[in-house]
Amino acid sequence: MIRVTINGEEQSIEPQRIDALLRTLGLNPSYVAVEVNRELVKRDRFAGVSIRDGDQIEIVQFVGGG
Amino acid sequence: MTDTWSVGKHVFTSRLIIGTGKYKDFAENKRCLDASGAEMITVAVRRVDLKARGQDSLMHHVPPGSVTFLPNTAGCYTAEEALRYARLGRELGLGDLVKLEVIGDQRTLFPDNEATVEAAKILVKEGFIVMPYCMDDPVVCKKLEDAGCAAVMPLAAPIGSGLGLRNPYNLAIILEQAKVPVIVDAGVGVPSDAAKVMELGATAVLMNTAIAGSKDPVAMAAAMKLGVQAGRMAFLAGRIPRKLHAAASSPIEGMLG
Repeated sequence: MIRVTINGEEQSIEPQRIDALLRTLGLNPSYVAVEVNRELVKRDRFAGVSIRDGDQIEIVQFVGGG
Repeated sequence: MTDTWSVGKHVFTSRLIIGTGKYKDFAENKRCLDASGAEMITVAVRRVDLKARGQDSLMHHVPPGSVTFLPNTAGCYTAEEALRYARLGRELGLGDLVKLEVIGDQRTLFPDNEATVEAAKILVKEGFIVMPYCMDDPVVCKKLEDAGCAAVMPLAAPIGSGLGLRNPYNLAIILEQAKVPVIVDAGVGVPSDAAKVMELGATAVLMNTAIAGSKDPVAMAAAMKLGVQAGRMAFLAGRIPRKLHAAASSPIEGMLG
């Protein structure tokens, strides 16, 4: 297990790639954008980027706004 | 000929752009969108709520492709922060448009002109179609246009204030000089406010609270549509000059002797 922070919350997860993490979280990769350690990860790299211990992950989506 | 306007590759007939914040639910938001006739909506970029799996989403009610999405950088107080949100917004995959907002003051939500220009320059270089929310200041509007912004979006009044157009004279100067679309963003309260800015020659009006915060948002959305249309038609028709004294409407000839 590794310790990571996802959207501000510390969690223990299995080491995995971003696409697998999104699946685990029940998120459609087409509707989210992801940053790892403040670096934007393009959608076509979700399957190629491994999450490491201590990573700060942000997962965002569109919400209502003015 | 149809009266259209455009930004980037997007061509619009409707001159009303609506925000998607503060609605009771997405269904109401969608009904308002339909009633308003808007073809472009603003959206914000925020963290996914990991505790609310399978939650309802705006995208389920307003499918991408049915309208143009304009992601904003609302809530950002520095150029750097706004760049981060803009890049995340673009990564969400609905195009290169961005409503750039860099706020300079919490109480008024007035924009930080300097930081907005700074962020705009970088975003333009990165290929964004930048539509900046800005002060009703002709100088900053010119700077943003020179920076390569695709439009300028001066405020009518503070966001959500409903005060209406506070400075018609500045807007007139901005409209006189601008070579890009001028979209009045924020501060509209009622359809007459929207009509007023359109009568002056604004390209379009962007609003959120005026509709979402009204007692009957769907009815207000329909009213705003008419206000914007009335103002636009009046602008095209060309108003009469203002005069200090009367000019009789009925003929003097034929009066009884």
